[in-house]
Formats: sequence, C-alpha cells, structure tokens
Amino acid sequence: MTDTQFDIAVIGGGPGGYVAAIRAAQLGLKPVVIERENLGGICLNWGCIPTKALLRAAELRHSIDEMADFGITVGEVKVDLAAVVKRSRKVAGRLSMGVKHLLKKNKVTVIAAEAKLGAAKGGLRQINLSNGDMVSAKHVIIATGARARALPNIEADGKTILTYREAMVPETMPESLIIVGSGAIGSEFASFYHDMGVKVTLVEALDRILPVEDEDVSAFVQKSFEKRGITIMTGVKLQAVTSDANGVQASIEGQDKPLQASRMILAVGITGNTENLGLEATKIKVDRGHIVTDQWGATGEAGIYAIGDVTGPPWLAHKASHEGIICVEKITGQKDVHAIGAGAVPGCTYCRPQVASVGMTEAAAKQAGHDLKIGQFPFAGNGKAIALGDDGGFVKTIFDAKTGELLGAHMVGPEVTELIQGYAIARTLEATEAELMATIFPHPTLSEAMHESVLDAYDRAIHF
Amino acid sequence: MAIEIKMPALSPTMTTGTLAKWLVGEGDRVNSGDVIAEIETDKATMEVESVDDGVMAKIFVDAGTENVAVGAVIAVLAEDGETASDVAKAGLQEPSSPVPVTSVAAEAQERAEPAPVTAAPVKAVPAPQSKSSDKPRIFASPLARRIAADRNIALEGITGSGPYGRILRRDVESASTAPIAQTTAALAGATQQGDSYLVANSQMRKAIASRLQDSKQQAPHFYLTVDCVIDNLLEARKSLNAKAAEGIKISVNDMIIRAAAMALIAVPEANASWEGENTRLFRHADIAMAVAIDGGLITPIVWAAEQKGLAALSQVTADLAARARDGKLAANEYTGGSFTISNLGMFGIREFAAVINPPHGGILAVGAGEQRPIVIDGNLAVATVMSVTLSADHRAVDGAVGARWLQAFKGFVENPVTMLL
Repeated sequence: MTDTQFDIAVIGGGPGGYVAAIRAAQLGLKPVVIERENLGGICLNWGCIPTKALLRAAELRHSIDEMADFGITVGEVKVDLAAVVKRSRKVAGRLSMGVKHLLKKNKVTVIAAEAKLGAAKGGLRQINLSNGDMVSAKHVIIATGARARALPNIEADGKTILTYREAMVPETMPESLIIVGSGAIGSEFASFYHDMGVKVTLVEALDRILPVEDEDVSAFVQKSFEKRGITIMTGVKLQAVTSDANGVQASIEGQDKPLQASRMILAVGITGNTENLGLEATKIKVDRGHIVTDQWGATGEAGIYAIGDVTGPPWLAHKASHEGIICVEKITGQKDVHAIGAGAVPGCTYCRPQVASVGMTEAAAKQAGHDLKIGQFPFAGNGKAIALGDDGGFVKTIFDAKTGELLGAHMVGPEVTELIQGYAIARTLEATEAELMATIFPHPTLSEAMHESVLDAYDRAIHF
Repeated sequence: MAIEIKMPALSPTMTTGTLAKWLVGEGDRVNSGDVIAEIETDKATMEVESVDDGVMAKIFVDAGTENVAVGAVIAVLAEDGETASDVAKAGLQEPSSPVPVTSVAAEAQERAEPAPVTAAPVKAVPAPQSKSSDKPRIFASPLARRIAADRNIALEGITGSGPYGRILRRDVESASTAPIAQTTAALAGATQQGDSYLVANSQMRKAIASRLQDSKQQAPHFYLTVDCVIDNLLEARKSLNAKAAEGIKISVNDMIIRAAAMALIAVPEANASWEGENTRLFRHADIAMAVAIDGGLITPIVWAAEQKGLAALSQVTADLAARARDGKLAANEYTGGSFTISNLGMFGIREFAAVINPPHGGILAVGAGEQRPIVIDGNLAVATVMSVTLSADHRAVDGAVGARWLQAFKGFVENPVTMLL
C-alpha cells in the first residue's frame, strides 16, 4: 500500500460512511473508507434496497389478483422464488458497484478490511487493519452500523429461526411464519411473505403494531393486514421458543397452547456494531449497544466521531447519511451547520399499505403541551387513488393551533413514502398552515390528499 | 424631456432621509401639487409634492429605503406628450451616484447574493413584498414571522441562522426567551439570566442619539439651579383662565415659556448660539419645547414667543404638541430656535439637568411645583416652589450671563404681572 496517511478515516462503507467520505472529498480532504464486506452497507446489500426489490415482486403478484377489476384476464400465475431472490440480489449488486464508482470518482481510497483503533500519535490516530497493514488519520468516523438484536431466550439459527438477513434470501417459501416484532422490518416481511402465499402471524410485545407511528396509522395497518389474512397478536410476551425439523413452537405468557409455524423471523430491533473496534482503550462510551456522541457525532475521545446506526435509533439510512455530512462539515469548520432537529427525520415503511411520517404523533404533540389542530383526509376521497384502484388509507396532519407549525404528518396508503418529503420540506422551511393552504397541488394526484388534510385541520376540506 | 425627481432637503440640516412610501406607482398620472411620496427624516414624516405635471415613468428608490442622500434621483416623470416608455427608450439610466443603503434587510440581501456588487446600489434594495409595502424585505420563515408577531419581537433586530441568513424559529426564540423564561422560571423558581431582545433603532432614535452625543461631547455644559415660588403664578393662571375665552386654557408650561421668552429678551446675551468663528445672537425668543412622542421626542418651536400673549401662546403650544404626537410637523416647525424648555414636572421630578439641544445655547429643565417649607423674614412658611435648572453652552453663554438670565426668569415667574406687559 502506498498511501497510509489520511485526513479522515471512515470505518464502514454504508450510507453513513460512504456519504461522509464523499462530502469530505468535496471539501478538499483526503479520506479513506475501510469496509469489511460490501460497499453500501446493510442498507444497500441486506436492507432497504433488496427488500424493496422483494416487495415489488410481491406487489406485482398481488396486483395480478386484481387484474379482473381492470378488465384484464390473466392466465396461470407462477412465482419462481429463486428468480425473485436473484433479481433482488442483482439490484443490490448493481448499487454496490455504483457506490464503488462514486467513491472512485471522488478519489476516496477504499480498503477492504476490518479496522481497529490504535494509538494516537502526533495528532494522528493509528488504525490497525485485519490485513496486517496500518493507516493513520487526523479524524476517524466510526460508521460500522448495526445488526439484528437477539432476544435473551431465542437464538436465531439461520434455518428455522431467521434474522432479516436470511429472511431476504429464502430458498423455499415456508407454509407458515411467525414474525416477532412489528416495526418497519417485521411489517415489511409480513406483507411480503403474505403476498407470496405464506400464512403469517405477526407478534408484537407492545399494544399495537408499528408502535413508533401515530396510533391511527397503527390501527389502520392492523385492520388492513387482518383483512388480508395476516394474524396479528399484540401485547404478547414470548416465553420460550423451540425449533426442530418440523418448525418452531413459541410458548406465550398466559396462553396454554403454543404458537406453531414452519419458520420464525426475529425483527425485534438492532444493536450497534461496537465490538472489536478497539474502543476499550479510548474514552468512547458505549451505552446499551450504541456509541454515545453529541449532536455533531463527537465521541468522548478527541478526533473520533460516530454516525448512523452504531449511535442509536432511529436506525435509518437517510439519518446516517445526514449525520455523516454534518459531522464532516463540523470537523472542517463549515458555517451554518445545524444538528438534526427533533422530528426532522422522516420514516417510511414499505409494507402494503405503505406508511410514512415526519414529526410528532398526535399523542406526542399532546404530551408536549401543544394545542392542536388536526386534519385527516381519506384516499377514498381522492380521484387518483380511486382510478389506481388503491384508495385505502389517509393523510393526517397535526398543527400547533397557536403558531400554525406543522408538528407532524402521518400517511398510510398508496405511494405515501414518495409523498412525505413534501411535508418534510414544509417543516424545514418552517411553513405554516397558511403556506400549505396557499400552495396549488396538481390534479389529479395522490398529493391532493395532502392539501385536503391541511384544509381539514382548519375545517376547510373541499372533498370530504 | 423627462423630469428627474430628486430627494428633497426638508430641513437645512437634513443630509439623508428614509423614503417611507410612494403614493403613486409607475404609470400613474401626476399633477403639480400632488403628493407623490412620504419621506421620513430624523424628526417626522414629510409629504413630497410634485412641482411638475406628467406621468411617473420610473421609480428608482424603493419604499422603505433608508439613508437616501439629499439630491439623489429617486424617480423620473415623463412630461406631457411623452410616454413612460419614451423616457425609458431615451436611455435615461438609473442614477450612477451611489445612494447609500444600509438597511438591515439590505445587508441580509448582500449575504443572500454574494455575487457582483457592481450593480447600482439602488438595486441592492430588496423589492418590497407588495406595492403597498413600505418596509424592506426581511428573510424569515413563516413560522418565525408568526412567533415573532405573537411575542411582539421586531425581526429587524434578529440575526438569522438559516441559509443565507434567513431568520428561523430558533432565532426568534433565542432573541426573546421571555415566554420560555416564564415557564422555566416558574419551574425553577428563578429568572433567566441575560434575558433580552433587540429592537431596531428608528431614524428618530438614531437622530436623538447622534445629536445629544454631539452636544454632550462638544458643548461644555454648566448648570445653574434656582427655586421659584409660583403661588402668584398659579393664582394669576387661575384668574386668567376664569376670564379667558371659551376653548382657551393656559397651562403652567405656557406661562413658563412666556417667562423664559421675556427673560431672553431682557438678557439678550443669553439668547445665543455658538457657531465656531461667530456667535449668533437672536433678536427673538424662538423657544423649542420638548414633546415626548412614541419612540422618542421632538422639539417644535414657538417662534418669537415674546410677541405672543398667553392666549395665543397657549393655542400655538397645544397645536404643536398635538401635531408632534401625530408625526405631522413640517420640518421648519422643529428646525432652528435658540433655546429649549423641557418640563418633567408632571412626573413629579423635583429637579433635573437637561442636555442642550444643539445648536441652542441653553435648555431650561423644569421640575414639579410642590409645597415646600420656606423661610420668609425669619419665619417658616409653606409655599409652592418649582426648581428649575438651566444648562448653558459655556462657549456662547458665560456663568454670570446664565445667572442673570435665571434671575430675570425667576423674577417674571414670581411676579407674573411683570411678564404680562
């Protein structure tokens, strides 16, 4: 290796790490990305992207069932699971190559190795690599991400009891499936597997599914899932899980009969990849599996920063990317760098129906002491949704009655994951209800429901 | 030929002014004598009349522009027979003489557009949000505007932390933590330290600051205080008002102005103004009276006060005070004069020393008339006493002159019959 000294070393090439490295290069620094597996990280290889490819296949499969409504007759339908999974892997592979090209274009050095923090010498931090080499850098950004969290009494074996990683590349479809955890990952897998013909039971320890979303949204998705035939159990505590060749058996507190299924997916959250990084010899603090940082990503150790999933929830790729950018901008002393504000990170879940939100839920807004104006508009009142044959769901907007601030927006229904950025921009620009009302939304689009929801908050909805 | 309209000098001392408002728009018909704009000087808002007939072809200086130099071309009229576009085609350019522009928003605009500064400075003034808007544009988020309005905070004084200096909610909230302080104070039982907010200084505020600072720095002040027994004056006022025509009500202040006027005529050396090479001596008692108005004060002048009887004086002072509070004084009504009277008696102030209002030679600070024990011929008695303090500019008025003037003033006040002559 010729180059061993860098301005910034980024450990981990996921959406936090590679974006931070590119921003550093844009600002004239010499960055290196050290990645142990695939550029693009979990997001691109084992998360966001390949699951969207799978969900697209499931969606298409589902829409065939509705073809008759559109006057189209379809012959025999066959799903080639291997081909579905293969396409998903191909999509991930293509994007990983894309990241490689982006880093090359920005003259970011990429090293394929595991990294471990070494000593600090003369303003430089040494990093020992698993290939035996050593590099040093003025600043180090830890962007190692996270992995599926295990439950104390359940061990994932990768065959019968799966994590997202195995669940994404099934060789066969199980007859039945228990999914533990109903966050974004659990709900997406429930939607996918059900559409692929699997009998799904979704088990949630809290009192509702999608527990971080607004209660109205959770209730709507639950109803919609149940209508499709997904079994949902909330407020459930798993006691013990046993598995054999026939499948899994899960005993539930307060119930005599155990749950039975061919396979189980564990989707109960994730834990940071903080091991084997050499953190022990530093002042970096790790709390419940995550590295503790300030709002700019600075850790307890001078010159070492951490961003993305390894620093804690919300575990979202776009949050990691943004943190990477502001961390680098702060390191280089850029002006007007602002930490991520409360409620600024939108969240999307790509199950059917899709869920998207930004800002506070109604309950959170009430708890924060706001007087509220709340609007809700159903897609059943939206012409485009009806024409698409996909008119389930609604748009809910929550305003502060005094200032007109858009405190939160919650959407469930067709393509809402593509719509939410409109409200995110409104929040960033600090628009009030007045600007949203004064904006012309094109007809006929799903976005009209966003307008109507705002109007409804002030009792001015036209089409409802 | 197109007619250039220039920034008028509305008072002898005016060098710049704020173009507060246009009352005609481009393309509007203008007749001689029509009011076309309002200009805010350091003292008041003035109306600008057109001296020609024509059509408003082009407005160069937007409403709300501060510090427009006197003589700068602010607009151009197309004469009869010409059209506005003729004027434009004639190649009449915007004035190249720089018009200084230093509004808060203009600075924000500079931050917003770091690109070429070669454009005519007039251009740098951001366009008003609407035709009727008379304030320069401030870049602020809608939410920030609403919170600022709700908390009664001026956006002008706030530095924006958003892109290109845009004012965001956090900026308004940190500019006034008062409402937040209330809740935290209630919780913590303590008030917030360093709690403050900014208010943009008005033209008037700046004028007061610069004039009085100049006065204190350049005019060597000296102070003479005397007590006046005003029982006779109060008695005289009572009987005068009892006999006065309907609508006439002579105030104590009117009588003080009258006494001061008579004293200035009696001691003409005190009626002076320092002008460096020369000292100006005034033939009349042109007395300015300080009137507190919203956001500052203004000093309208009672010209030749010595020639006005108390009834006439009373009408003049009432009219000046009323128009001063409405901001409707003409420039020549508050520019000039030789002497000022400032009366804080109504606030119960016993005595105070005022800062000379340049280029005046002196200012009389009038305290409250109150009952005090006095000694008359070795006996203790109660009388209504008013303390007054003369601040004089030692460059033009010596101590003995000031003392003689104060003696004369006291004489008129204590024997009001003498000043009625």
